[in-house]
Amino acid sequence: MAEQLSVFVDNRPGRLNAITGILRDSQINIRAMTIADHRDYGVAKLLVNDPHLAQRVLMEQGFAAALKPVLAIVITDQPGGLHELLEILAARQINVLDAYGFVVAPGQRAVWCMEVDDPVEATRLLSTHGLHLLADGELYTKYY
Amino acid sequence: MAANQSEHGTISPLLLKQEGRGMSVPVWNPAIEFMEREALERVQFANLRQTVAWALKTPFYRRRLAEVGLTHPEDLSSLRELRNLPYTTKDDLRAAYPDGLLAVEVEQAVRLHTSSGTTGMPTVIYHTRRDLDCWTELMARCIVAAGATARDVFQNMTNYGMFTGGLGLHYGAERVGMLVIPASSGNTSRQIQLMRNFQTTVVHATPSYLLHLHTALVGEGVTVDQLKLRKAFIGAEPHSEETRRKIETLFGIQAYNSYGLSEMNGPGVAFECVHQTGLHLWEDAFILEIIDPQTLQPLPEGQTGEIVMTTLQRQATPLLRYRTRDLSHLVSGHCPCGRSHRRLARLKGRSDDMLIVNGVNVFPSQIEDVLMKTPEVGTNYLIQLEKRGSLDRLVIKTEIYAKLFTGDPRTLDDLRERISEALRSVILVKPTVELHEPGSLPVSEGKAKRVVDLRPAF
Repeated sequence: MAEQLSVFVDNRPGRLNAITGILRDSQINIRAMTIADHRDYGVAKLLVNDPHLAQRVLMEQGFAAALKPVLAIVITDQPGGLHELLEILAARQINVLDAYGFVVAPGQRAVWCMEVDDPVEATRLLSTHGLHLLADGELYTKYY
Repeated sequence: MAANQSEHGTISPLLLKQEGRGMSVPVWNPAIEFMEREALERVQFANLRQTVAWALKTPFYRRRLAEVGLTHPEDLSSLRELRNLPYTTKDDLRAAYPDGLLAVEVEQAVRLHTSSGTTGMPTVIYHTRRDLDCWTELMARCIVAAGATARDVFQNMTNYGMFTGGLGLHYGAERVGMLVIPASSGNTSRQIQLMRNFQTTVVHATPSYLLHLHTALVGEGVTVDQLKLRKAFIGAEPHSEETRRKIETLFGIQAYNSYGLSEMNGPGVAFECVHQTGLHLWEDAFILEIIDPQTLQPLPEGQTGEIVMTTLQRQATPLLRYRTRDLSHLVSGHCPCGRSHRRLARLKGRSDDMLIVNGVNVFPSQIEDVLMKTPEVGTNYLIQLEKRGSLDRLVIKTEIYAKLFTGDPRTLDDLRERISEALRSVILVKPTVELHEPGSLPVSEGKAKRVVDLRPAF
């Protein structure tokens, strides 16, 4: 399963670029990033090419950073591509908690990342439907 | 019983003609309120000896007074000798909790007020029936001195219960014969409705609540002309002359400053008369001293220092030379009203680090205690006081503890709410809790630096 890096960040100017600056200095590439506003703070979620190194360098600089498995699924970059995946989850009453996506080959492939309330069942279910769940290595090399 | 009080209850206050000045001032108890200084000091001395006799019934004062060779009230031969007695502090009261300072049998006590947990460790003051009667008498003097009468409709907008402001003013106003609406605090829409339905003429509230009330009036489209309000008693939080004038202008009323503290019954200690030139402190009920809080030496009259008070009329919990931590000075000269009881100037603040948030006492140490018991946050924190509209807002900034960060924002939101609720249960004010990055808050050793007061000068 892919690993997502979560970083606690103050909700004020100059904090996000402190994170991206640390990652740049360690030659870490960001594949995708999302940030949720929680009034005084935000939690940035990142997919990077070396999540363990990223966590280490950020924590060395005083950031609170945690790694967490995340479902990353290849879908078609066509109308209905995402719907097909979500239909499978909905049919089994699996709830999506947080999600974001990015295109890897325009018109062909995209990657959908999500946290669900039952990751084990979701993984099993999506695999039996022939969907491709990406592991860490695949996420950062194959579709580059 | 007050001089002008009949056995049937209360009558309207006298309007006393001041000879030679051609003006009259309302007064509740002229015999005491205009008593010559010398006679007043004789009353003080007699009451002080009585108070020492009461105090000697408590183990606390028996031990404390024996240390300075005082074992009998007659050992005290003049009022000046009060200065030889030790001070009593808030810590003494805390250590004596719950009954170490109770000077009567429990069956003689009819009420107690505790400090409602707003000061870390509780303190308690007991009252006999006579003590309550004396307190009520002092309150009646205050209310009448500020020009209110039995014809007034009085809406008491402060909290009833352990907080002394509610019951204190309530009984005083009833004794004066006002129509009392025990509205208690909060529920602003209902307060406005009550004011309109019963044509309230006098209110008692904190200054910040009155400012809030005015904003609410405007919001509901009610103009002050639609009210019958003519006076407000304001207290329980320090405020400036500008704030008083603002309240007076906004409502088109007179506002009178009230000073009291739970250890000295509550309200009714000192109050402004209609001349608004300082707060008359009832010196037959309290001996006032102003000391240097560092050297503990008495200060010359007129200099600002810590208010120290001795109760003179409270049997159940007598207190000798109690250090209030409040800072003020005596106003020199005589008040045009003619009362002989000296005046305290508007309070300058506290000599310790207590914060007053919407009239509630909050100690940074209480906030620190809660934060230190929460492993998910670090040890750095900042207490920020802001004004939102006319109300105080308490913001607690904390840092998350990096090692316990899970990456789940919902856990953090729950943490924020949990800290806020834990603080509310201790300080009785619900703060806004903020979570910040580790190491982002200023590191400081002293408590004072952890408090940032962004409220405009009051």
